[in-house]
Amino acid sequence: MSLDKATVARIAHLARIHVPEQDLEPLAGELSTILDWVEQLAEVDTDGVAPMTSVVEMTARWRKDEVTDGDCAEDVLANAPEAEMGFYTVPKVME
Amino acid sequence: MSSELTGLTLATARDGLAKGDFTSVELTQAHVAAVEAVRPLNAYITETPEKALEMAAESDKRIAAGKAGAMEGLPIAIKDLFCTKGVLTTAGSHILDGFHPTYESTVTANLFGAGAVMLGKVNLDEFAMGSANMTSYYGAVENPWKRKDDKKTKLVPGGSSGGSAAAVAARAALAATGTDTGGSIRQPASFTGIVGLKPTYGRCSRWGTVAFASSLDQAGPMTRSVRDAAIMLGAMAGFDPKDSTSMDKPVPNFEAALDGGVKGMRIGIPREYRMDGMPAEIEKLWQQGIGWLKGAGATIVDIDLPHTKYALAAYYIVAPAEASSNLARYDGVRYGLRVPGQTLQEMYENTRAEGFGREVKRRVLIGTYVLSAGYYDAYYLKAQKVRSRIAGDFRDAFDHVDAILAPTAPNAAFGQGENMDDPIAMYLNDVFTVPASLAGLPAISVPAGLSAEGLPLGLQIIGRPFDEETVLRAARSLEDAADFDTKPDFIAGR
Amino acid sequence: MTMLEGRTGSWEVVIGLEVHAQVISNAKLFSGASTAFGAEPNSQVSIVDAAMPGMLPVVNERCLEQAVRTGLALGAKINLHSVFARKNYFYPDLPQGYQISQFEEPIVGEGEVLVDMEDGVTKTVGIERLHLEQDAGKSLHDQSPAKSFIDLNRSGVSLMEIVSKPDMRSAEEASAYVSKLRSILRYIGSCDGNMQEGSLRCDANVSVRKPGDELGTRCEIKNVNSLRFLRQAIEYEAARQVEIIEDGGTINQETRLYDSGKGETRSMRSKEEAHDYRYFPDPDLLPITLTPEFVETQRAALPELPDEKKNRFIADYGLSIYDAGVLVAERDTADFFESVANGRDAKIVANWVISELFGRLNKAGKDINDSPVSAHSLGGLIDLIADDTISGSIAKKVFDDMFETGKEAAIIVKEQGLEQVTDTGAIEGIIDQVIADNPDKVAEYRGGKDKLFGFFVGQTMRASQGKANPGMVNDLLRKKLDG
Ligand SMILES: [Mg+2]
Ligand SMILES: [Zn+2]
Repeated sequence: MSLDKATVARIAHLARIHVPEQDLEPLAGELSTILDWVEQLAEVDTDGVAPMTSVVEMTARWRKDEVTDGDCAEDVLANAPEAEMGFYTVPKVME
Repeated sequence: MSSELTGLTLATARDGLAKGDFTSVELTQAHVAAVEAVRPLNAYITETPEKALEMAAESDKRIAAGKAGAMEGLPIAIKDLFCTKGVLTTAGSHILDGFHPTYESTVTANLFGAGAVMLGKVNLDEFAMGSANMTSYYGAVENPWKRKDDKKTKLVPGGSSGGSAAAVAARAALAATGTDTGGSIRQPASFTGIVGLKPTYGRCSRWGTVAFASSLDQAGPMTRSVRDAAIMLGAMAGFDPKDSTSMDKPVPNFEAALDGGVKGMRIGIPREYRMDGMPAEIEKLWQQGIGWLKGAGATIVDIDLPHTKYALAAYYIVAPAEASSNLARYDGVRYGLRVPGQTLQEMYENTRAEGFGREVKRRVLIGTYVLSAGYYDAYYLKAQKVRSRIAGDFRDAFDHVDAILAPTAPNAAFGQGENMDDPIAMYLNDVFTVPASLAGLPAISVPAGLSAEGLPLGLQIIGRPFDEETVLRAARSLEDAADFDTKPDFIAGR
Repeated sequence: MTMLEGRTGSWEVVIGLEVHAQVISNAKLFSGASTAFGAEPNSQVSIVDAAMPGMLPVVNERCLEQAVRTGLALGAKINLHSVFARKNYFYPDLPQGYQISQFEEPIVGEGEVLVDMEDGVTKTVGIERLHLEQDAGKSLHDQSPAKSFIDLNRSGVSLMEIVSKPDMRSAEEASAYVSKLRSILRYIGSCDGNMQEGSLRCDANVSVRKPGDELGTRCEIKNVNSLRFLRQAIEYEAARQVEIIEDGGTINQETRLYDSGKGETRSMRSKEEAHDYRYFPDPDLLPITLTPEFVETQRAALPELPDEKKNRFIADYGLSIYDAGVLVAERDTADFFESVANGRDAKIVANWVISELFGRLNKAGKDINDSPVSAHSLGGLIDLIADDTISGSIAKKVFDDMFETGKEAAIIVKEQGLEQVTDTGAIEGIIDQVIADNPDKVAEYRGGKDKLFGFFVGQTMRASQGKANPGMVNDLLRKKLDG
């Protein structure tokens, strides 16, 4: 499975990581090498095998419907790179 | 005096404190000095001497009041993947610049609740992604060990818990917390001649620990003896209702489980771990381990783990996939680094391009790709099915044996900068540790001998889910037989 | 079937709806922060909701119960095994960088909703699935020229996404489906159905086709927050699509926004970019397993649902389908009606509740729970009519006073001396006076102008200030005039 430049650009955008044009080609090569290597999994017969969805053999535990948290706007905003009037702020989003 | 104090184990230090041979403040002062002394190794990202001495003073009060916890007054290092309230937490990444959590991870809260003293936050591969501690934004960590005939080359301590391993090996902490996703506790333990235990998935809470791959991450102790691992695991572990994958099971007295030996125990030797091109000295060490356990009364049984060969490839799909999603929260909005941009999208892309290092980006991109439309079934789903196969192999094997013995790593510590151009060569470091991670099993690495270059090598014991007691008992037996007492070249206070 | 007439013939409109209904619970789906509406920014946010490093979700049992109860009320299949999955995308009000939702294995499968149309036809709309998911936070774009403000109070609140099959064929059907769904949700208390506050939001998938053709390309209209807008948006969108196709164009599958100011839908540029949500099971959560006993317990605890109640009202009270339908739409109204109807003539009660009480409440913008006239008081008024204490027309006046003052009917009647006059002598006295005052009219009537009878009734009633018993007035007038 070889990745081309365009695919790398597409997944880089999906992952919101800026990749300069000149790095696309070498990155495509690196990623292709890894993907070629994992291709070996195709050899494993997994017919009728359920995918592993949980490592621990148990099902979800449920929490009681109680308000036990929140009311800590200071903590929530304590590390914000930018905040104003109790809100996080980001560059304006155009709808 | 001070190097005597830093040379203690958790157990001997605990006993010394109890007898009043020294105070926690004295013990901690010795370690604070040691932390400074090992700065050339770059093991610590953040030193917290004031906090350590305050905690030690509190411990001394509790000891005097007869209220000592299991780790009372014992100075340890915390991998900088655990969120520590009010103390910079970086995950070894630029993207968490300046992040001071307002909360304490469950594991560190448990340890501090048991009286442990925090010396500081130790270095790691960025977001725990690496096997050499070369990918940290805060720089590489140096292994305190040197090759017998080459005292110049700086060696890696393994990774990702490289700072933890180096600090413990160099006597700059009595013990350290580590996290293991595919071998990140065991492989650096092997590279630095210490003990590293990855508990069963679900034994230690993941709450408050920066996530790499949620279905694999487990915290565990890194110590200088098997007994210490038992003591520390007991303090770290426990059910946590805040973690849905935490197992609601009582924590046994692990230290009490150490005695009893391996007599009558059935130890499995997996044929498939004998890989092409495995160095002879690794094979030799493994044989020696088999001999030791046999000599101690264990029954040796050959077993098959037929899908071992595919574990690494499955791991390098599952872990990056989960990581790509887990790391989406680092977007410059609520904490950490923000690199400005004209638009929101530019801000995201700039922040994440500058904030993440090369290996992290590589894995995030691979993970994004294998989950993307049209590829999910072929990669992620397939890998999860292979993972089921691997877990099934272990389940079958444990019908016949009580524990499994294998090498920890296929090689000893290598030089900084080696294996850097070829990611797959780097990934191969985890070939013996990844299968147990995928299956969620407890596994420990115990220092067992030296390579031809004079570097430490570990042997690994893998056990049944939630049977850390058997793992520890077998490890104790190996430790006894190996009688490993070689010290690294670089030791604080020497 | 409703058709849209274009230049090239008739078009069928095909509509499927995705309704996001906010679950009624105290705390959020995966964190212990409160779900209360309208607090200070970021005050109802836990560090889990803010996606701080190392934070983990734990599912709220009430939200699972509510989803199962809703599924049961929709006659749907409850899946004993379901899985939470991550839907990955970047947006500033989505702190984790993914929404925890359900994808391949939702908690509720197929069901159906019966929708009564105004023409008396009942339409069945299929439910495809119902799943639980987290709400996002709120982005405010108009607070500052260069910045968007982010408030995470809504982040992590539990939503049920209820996906219909593309079974609706007109804007009216779509709107009737949403009101019926809303009625069911409110009955069982799984969602308050408040569209203004956003507790209930609709996304409409609209396409058009020539009857008998394959489904056309659909456009999704996002976040419509009133039934009127829903109807307008669908009508506009269907007409837009027909025009494009008839002009030789093709429909692009896209997300559109309804601009209620302009009355049109337009493409949402921000959502235009191709999405690839990279769904996968959330490794922080384990599969949800329900026991059959749990499901049965939820089923047993369900209240009577609107359809059941409607059938009972028709059978037990003899109400018309229409009246029954109106009364059961809201559980509180149905309860109000039943409490008044107890021991009284149900049809008369239905009439008072629907035409008088609803009319006044509507005008006053009030709902049944803050009605100034209680069920008990309305019953008292109807009793005064039944025992001839007051006449029907006086009763309407008394009702108006009750609505204004909240007083009991009997008190108003007493205070204003509105009791009906049923004393023959007294009525005869009034009639004699009326006859005496209108000798010419009497002559005309007796000369054959029968129509004037009404005039005498009116005069007599007026002279009695409306209090004379109308039946008696009739009888006595005939006797006196026809002699
Ligand atoms: Mg949807
Ligand atoms: Zn949704």
